[in-house]
Amino acid sequence: MNGLRKYISFFRIRFYAGLQYRAAALAGVATQFAWGLLTLLLFLTFYEGNPDAFPMEMQETAAYIWLRQSFFALFNLYAFDSTIFEAITSGGVAYELTRPMDLYSMWFTKNAALRVSRTMLRFWPILVLAVLIPAPYGMMLPASLAALVGFVVSLLLGVSVACAFLMIIYDITFYTMQPQGVRLIFVSATELLCGDLIPLPFFPSWLARPLSLTPFAAMSNVPYRVYSGNIAGAELWQSIGLQVFWLLVLVALGRCLMNRALARVAVQGG
Amino acid sequence: MKLYLKYVAMHLRSQMQYKTSFFLTVAGQFISSFSALLGVYFLMDRFHQAGGFSYSEVLLCLAVILMAFSLAECFVRGFDAFSAIIANGEFDRIMVRPRNEILQVLGARIEFSRMGRLLQALCVFAYAVPRSGISWNAARACLLPLMVVAGAFVFAGLFIIYAALCFFTTEGLEFINIFTDGGREFCTYPLSIYGERILKFFTCIVPLALVQYYPLLYLTGRSENWQHALAPAAACLFLPLSLLLWRVGLRHYKSTGS
Amino acid sequence: MIELRHVNKTFRVAKRNAGMKEALKALVFREYTQVQALRDISFSVADGEMVGYIGPNGAGKSSTIKVMSGILTPDSGECCVDGLTPWKSRKQHVRNIGVVFGQRSQLWWDVPVIDSFELLRDIYSIPSSAYRRNVDELTELLSLSELLRTPARQLSLGQRMRCEIAASLLHDPGILFLDEPTIGLDAVSKIAVRKFIKARNRERKTTVILTTHDMQDIEALTERILLIGRGQILLDGSLSQLKQRNSRTKKLNISYSTGTFQPLEGVQLVAEFGGHAEFLIDTEVIGVSGAIQSLAQNIEITDLSVEGASAEELVVSLYKEFAI
Repeated sequence: MNGLRKYISFFRIRFYAGLQYRAAALAGVATQFAWGLLTLLLFLTFYEGNPDAFPMEMQETAAYIWLRQSFFALFNLYAFDSTIFEAITSGGVAYELTRPMDLYSMWFTKNAALRVSRTMLRFWPILVLAVLIPAPYGMMLPASLAALVGFVVSLLLGVSVACAFLMIIYDITFYTMQPQGVRLIFVSATELLCGDLIPLPFFPSWLARPLSLTPFAAMSNVPYRVYSGNIAGAELWQSIGLQVFWLLVLVALGRCLMNRALARVAVQGG
Repeated sequence: MKLYLKYVAMHLRSQMQYKTSFFLTVAGQFISSFSALLGVYFLMDRFHQAGGFSYSEVLLCLAVILMAFSLAECFVRGFDAFSAIIANGEFDRIMVRPRNEILQVLGARIEFSRMGRLLQALCVFAYAVPRSGISWNAARACLLPLMVVAGAFVFAGLFIIYAALCFFTTEGLEFINIFTDGGREFCTYPLSIYGERILKFFTCIVPLALVQYYPLLYLTGRSENWQHALAPAAACLFLPLSLLLWRVGLRHYKSTGS
Repeated sequence: MIELRHVNKTFRVAKRNAGMKEALKALVFREYTQVQALRDISFSVADGEMVGYIGPNGAGKSSTIKVMSGILTPDSGECCVDGLTPWKSRKQHVRNIGVVFGQRSQLWWDVPVIDSFELLRDIYSIPSSAYRRNVDELTELLSLSELLRTPARQLSLGQRMRCEIAASLLHDPGILFLDEPTIGLDAVSKIAVRKFIKARNRERKTTVILTTHDMQDIEALTERILLIGRGQILLDGSLSQLKQRNSRTKKLNISYSTGTFQPLEGVQLVAEFGGHAEFLIDTEVIGVSGAIQSLAQNIEITDLSVEGASAEELVVSLYKEFAI
């Protein structure tokens, strides 16, 4: 319980700090909204030019785009906690080891808290604006109650998978000691593969099908499509199952890598 | 100019101290714009055309914008990092030196890893131009480099406007990203596909359409109007206007205190 | 010749309050406060003079330096440095000044110091003969010969400050602004820096304006002191004048074996611990010998010393006097 309180107070500080930067939040909302609008217009052009080749309903695509813009900060792959990189490269991590805490959980929570707190302030204005836009270009209501529940569950799972994935990048930094380059390569490849640039159904089918089994598809892809009913029924259960599977695998892998790296740090004395 | 080259040499020497990181970052830059390219490829492969423009035409448009952006980024990067330059007091130092402030700001940040994107732009250019299906003549051949240069001017102007606004406030300037990073992403396609209003905005206010949509009409033979061919020249005016704003901002500079 | 007349500068600062309610309120409505950083500042500094500029944090020291060096444009007032207005003819003006910001480096972090110097040579267009002469001279005076080939990131703070000072003097400026030049340095480096500045002022007649929190800097370097507080010049005079002004107070330290103190007019007990006591004597009420005599009636004195107030204490009493 005591441990939890530590995390809650960390979360609260981040949230207050976020509130102080009113203009930054407003600008963030405006940017995300404009970005979403342009993306929507782009897909609309494709839809009107060739509706038969369109792999989703226009309304589902619109919901996908608006959700992506609203929860941008939640899945933003470029947002790292620079203090963690610093602790690793400067050797300050040896100091963290003297604390009676599990380092993996600590860093995992730090990352998740950073994302959640940034999102809390920004997601709803964009959603409200998007709902006001008329169908089929605006934000639809959830396809069904089941879709809404599935959305919330898979959103939480998706963020966890994303954080577990990022933990592996932190772990790799223990070995390379040069965070920038590795990070950029990982992130830019992931950005495409997880459907951040264009939704996965728009990929050629020979690529989309195998990709849907990977951890990349277990992040934001699932909740954004569950919401509109694009993923439903048996496919929904399968997707959520895959999310749980990848979460377990990535956490196990991350912990294993970290323990090995920490053993090295301990041997070398930091 | 000589001083700028000196800055270039200094940055090169600094960055070569961390060779591994440098090459990994170049590779990262390369891959990151490659992802964007793949995104375009997947969409065009599926739909074959975007608002009446063919894949090869979109590719040419992308090549011009990517090239313009990476050129601007290579040289005007200092302005992109200007809020940091003000916040850490580096600008105070610049002000006590007997050289033009703009030159010094440009010299303060030069990142060679950005070459990754420029390299990518060159590859796309080399691939796209021969396949564009344009029947080349002298006027069209001159127009293409003009589009690139004018595009670089507009992006440079946007970076400078961002920096000039930093003199007044450092909060909430994130929205400029819509035009810089967003410009790079969305101008991949001719701006007409986003509809009349967006096209007007990008013609009159942030003149990115002047360096891609209008000259592209002329290049592809859709239009014979000479005004369309001269549009990039008009876009170049964006740069002096943004420098004017910079001058106004400079007088407003209030330093960070210490 | 530096001359400031009626210089004013205000900043607008957003108020930030703690707590959830305040944070939400600030989302909608934000209060601003006007902070007057400089109010009606006037003074002049003659060529070759060395001036110490003191005052607590946030008093306006840095703002004044920034006005004189052309970084800040004041709201009103005039500033004239060698016939030029700094913010109007910035480029011409800064050719003749050198600035050291003690807390910020102007050296490139990852390249050898000498490369930073060469960049400065190009920035200031220093003729190569003059450049070589200056580098040689500064290298000798500041013992830099082993440092020049080292990247700045590998230098200790003291070594780096010596290089910083050299970097600011490569173009032979007639005026040198030093903003906390000894901050964080060890005793040896501090003394080396002070010695060098003093010599430079004496031999080259370089005008030096120095801000510092270290009173030993002031004592070692400057004859004249400007005290600034809440944006105003509160005092302009020499260190010895200041000392005289406060000389009516003497400090008396005594050690004693037995007895208790009786209260005595004009004598104030400031500290007492394990057989030692410290008094401040107001010499206009009671003489030093009179005070000692009265004290000795009640206690057995084993040792004593009398001293004037130190520069440090002088400044503390000044801050108190002006309530800044």
